Amino acid sequence: MRVVGKGRVDRDAPLNFTFDGKAMRGFQGDTLASALMANGQKLVGRSFKYHRPRGILTAGSEEPNALMEIGAGDDWIPNTRATVQELYQGLTARSQNRWPSLDRDVLSVNDLFAPFLGAGFYYKTFMWPKTFWEKVYEPTIRKAAGLGMLPQAHDLIRHEKAFAHCDLLVIGAGPTGLMAARAGAEAGADVILIDDQTEPGGRLLSEIEEIDGLPGWRWAREQAAELRQMGVQIMPRTTVTGAYDGGVYGALELVGHHLAERPEHLPLECFWRITARATVLAAGALERPIAFANNDRPGIMMAGAMRSYLHRWGVVPGQDVAVFGSTQSARRTARDLVEAGLNATLIDPREEAGAPPDVRLIAGAQIRDTNGRKGVTGIHLTTGRMIPCDAVAMSGGWTPSVHLTCHINTRPVWQEDIAAFVPAPDAVPGLIAAGACNGTYDTGGCLAAGLEAAGVAVEKLGLRPSFTDLPKVEGTPAQDHPIWHVAGPGRAWLDFQNDVTTKDVTLAAQENFVSVEHMKRYTTQGMAPDQGKNSNIGALAVLADVTGRSIPETGTTTYRPPFVPVTLGAMGAGARGKGFAPERLTTSHASSVARGAPMIEAGLWYRPSYFPQAGETTWRLSCDREVGYVRQAVGICDVSTLGKIDIQGADAGAFLDFIYTNRFSTLKPGRVRYGLMLREDGHVMDDGTTACLGAGHYVMTTTTAAAGAVMAHLEFVRQGLRSDWDVHLTSVSEQWAQFAVAGPKSRDLLNTLLDQPVDNDSFPFMACGTVRVCGVDGRLFRISFSGEHAYEVAVPARYGDSLFRLLVSQAEAMGGGAYGMEALNVLRIEKGFITHAEITGRVTAFDIGMDRMISAKTDCIGKAASRRPGLLDPARERMVGLKPVDSGDLTAGAHLYPVGEKAVPTQDQGYVTSVGYSPTLGHSIGLGFVHHGPERMGEELRMIDALRDVEIPVVICDPVFVDPDGGRARG
Amino acid sequence: MRINCPLCGLRDLREFSIKGDAVALDRPAEDGDWHSYLHLRDNPSGETRELWFHGQGCGAWLVVHRDTTTHAIKSVTLAAETTP
Repeated sequence: MRVVGKGRVDRDAPLNFTFDGKAMRGFQGDTLASALMANGQKLVGRSFKYHRPRGILTAGSEEPNALMEIGAGDDWIPNTRATVQELYQGLTARSQNRWPSLDRDVLSVNDLFAPFLGAGFYYKTFMWPKTFWEKVYEPTIRKAAGLGMLPQAHDLIRHEKAFAHCDLLVIGAGPTGLMAARAGAEAGADVILIDDQTEPGGRLLSEIEEIDGLPGWRWAREQAAELRQMGVQIMPRTTVTGAYDGGVYGALELVGHHLAERPEHLPLECFWRITARATVLAAGALERPIAFANNDRPGIMMAGAMRSYLHRWGVVPGQDVAVFGSTQSARRTARDLVEAGLNATLIDPREEAGAPPDVRLIAGAQIRDTNGRKGVTGIHLTTGRMIPCDAVAMSGGWTPSVHLTCHINTRPVWQEDIAAFVPAPDAVPGLIAAGACNGTYDTGGCLAAGLEAAGVAVEKLGLRPSFTDLPKVEGTPAQDHPIWHVAGPGRAWLDFQNDVTTKDVTLAAQENFVSVEHMKRYTTQGMAPDQGKNSNIGALAVLADVTGRSIPETGTTTYRPPFVPVTLGAMGAGARGKGFAPERLTTSHASSVARGAPMIEAGLWYRPSYFPQAGETTWRLSCDREVGYVRQAVGICDVSTLGKIDIQGADAGAFLDFIYTNRFSTLKPGRVRYGLMLREDGHVMDDGTTACLGAGHYVMTTTTAAAGAVMAHLEFVRQGLRSDWDVHLTSVSEQWAQFAVAGPKSRDLLNTLLDQPVDNDSFPFMACGTVRVCGVDGRLFRISFSGEHAYEVAVPARYGDSLFRLLVSQAEAMGGGAYGMEALNVLRIEKGFITHAEITGRVTAFDIGMDRMISAKTDCIGKAASRRPGLLDPARERMVGLKPVDSGDLTAGAHLYPVGEKAVPTQDQGYVTSVGYSPTLGHSIGLGFVHHGPERMGEELRMIDALRDVEIPVVICDPVFVDPDGGRARG
Repeated sequence: MRINCPLCGLRDLREFSIKGDAVALDRPAEDGDWHSYLHLRDNPSGETRELWFHGQGCGAWLVVHRDTTTHAIKSVTLAAETTP
């Protein structure tokens, strides 16, 4: 219900919303929680395990009960805490974990079975029959327990990620944070002030005590305005979620959750990575519930939260409020309720307790139980009295929010005088904890602490601290007396969100789960989305009691990021679809697409699979035709995706000798050589050709897949192993567009475009040189990946598109045309040329028959390891050609077994790596690896592809199927 | 985590990739102890020297001397200027 004259919602701006289909009204400035409270909605959710009726417990992000699905249709967001969801016109909210309705939840029957559903019940109960676990028990339990439902549609909501840097990051805009930000800004630091609320002020927004003669909220607002003038960047609705190494912090900004209509340009959420040279943590403290029997009934909430609802939003959960606690927060709540015209009874266990004026006090008593199924109707005191009420405020004490200080593996330390864990000094390098999160609870102390912390921080930044006067604060600090739990029969909740009671913790201890980490996992205390913010210390206290240890002896569990739940959408912002795998397009891309070529992925690159023509009903028909172009006329293929590394320097030749297994220092300008590259462990890393363009100037080509890895490898060898050599490396992969011109008519075609025609004498096989192509300076390499008379012509990338079109149209005029990856693959398999389908990383030079390419004269990367006996064992799986005995198609990935033997792993002879249909030979061919391979020419094997359910007899053959003496390439 | 590249300054972890222990710089002669060089690595709890590649930056290989228990980085040097 609303309280007249209280709260700062805009009563001239009413908003309509629905909850479980019920039409309700709130005001601008309400949260969903405050609006529900104003509408008298006490029951807002069902608990996780027992389906107990639950109400709003807190007024912040730690809320364990009021979790809702927000949104309608296919596009809702589950598990939204109503306490952080700002109200907007037309908001649709649904309660969770209930069926058929919140009011009549069938599974609330679980509560009757509670004696059987204690901690670890499923470990004990659902043991047999064993097969039932996966099929019956687990699905049933998962359905019964749980929180919100995920929408089934793809999440297309726009999220963003952003980066920020600052001198001083201040986390929390309460009195401590505001003072720290001011001190930082006055000293000249670049300050970011982050706060999870819509307006700065923190706890000040919920109190009536004045600062400098102003209400706290107004003082905070004026401070913030001044800070903005001073250049402080204030980020509201933002929660720092984690502290990481090097002054890096993660933060979640809720950008669009509070808007009825989110403009297109705004994301829903933004995930920030903030790098700060210094940080002041002013995260505040959370009030702790008290564990008494049936303390989870709707209407029972935190005392501080009740003050927040009264002063910020002008709502209360009831008119007759029992306030339980021995803290200043409890006394203030009772006082403020009475001042607002409500009835409040303060229950303080201390006999000597006092109370504010006009507050009814029951000293020396505690609440031991409550009444009321869907809303509290009364309390039972330890003195035997029963008091009717319709709301309870409880205050067990305060727990500093030390979370961020523990994220890089430091534990908090116990401070006996306030009975709380506080951050260890220097827990996070560069971070100073101050104010309530450091155990200073009074406003005046917080202001001073913020000022002092920022002073230390700016001095470390090399700035001179300013001398800001401390504001004058109303009210005096008071000693709090913590209450953890009230002994007695009945279930007393610790973890509201995971339904963990004091009995569960006691049971865990009885069953010897006495380590706090074991207790946590056995009971699931602290493992719900609130991560134990409301329950951790209370559970510790119970465990300490049961085990006869002190709380610091019992210790805390580990605090891990994120501090509040973060959606995967926000963390992965920008990394969906093409953001995850950006496209790299060649210069011929548009032209290939225009020709109808299906594009296939090659790493991030896209390459044409084949170029279909009218009448071709399968890709095989296109592929066969394109293979024919190269074997009989001329084909054109874009090979720009191969890595190209420009290598220069006096020691470039020696460097290549060291990188490759074979010699390059003997390569003359104008010549190209094939090179094999090993890893230091003796296995093949990559292969390709390197051209010598002039003295001390080479261009290396790498495979498409390994371009990045080879560049990093070369740089490692250059910088790490041969730093005294004169070698310079530059990646030029994207600077040059390069096209294969392959086939018997390749030279005729090129000579129509080259300013100076070439012939076999001036440009023999494996020659290279600079040329002018239609007036453009380019490079020509006479190299062949098809075994045919072939060239690769390179021009600066900006001419790539036009050269490709020109080459293809010339080729078409000569009975040829463009060919794609399928034809390229068939052509190279016909020649037994390897790709990364063969050199998979566990293959040696010996395995592919290239061990003689390892220079005997000079050392090279991988040479020593390649001589290990195990890498030269003839029994290794070594490369061979494969073809069907009769007919049928080989399949890549199939395994090979001896004829007459069972197809079992112990009989495995090897596997198939690459296959294709050779139109040249008229049958399927393949490459593969077989134990003792080259020694078994002509042997028949069973090829079995268990995945595709294929079996054919194959025969081992030479891997070079076409033109074994290589005459065509030299032609 | 941030690494202070001697050429570029303090940069975000995302710009770097790790290769492993800096022992890789200490390459043996052809007849040296290759087994140790290739396969034997300490797994220290404490100080470690690692090779990082500034691939999204200047392309420098770096030797990062850091503590695995605190993640504190003690020094960053260019591999080219580091004697194994």
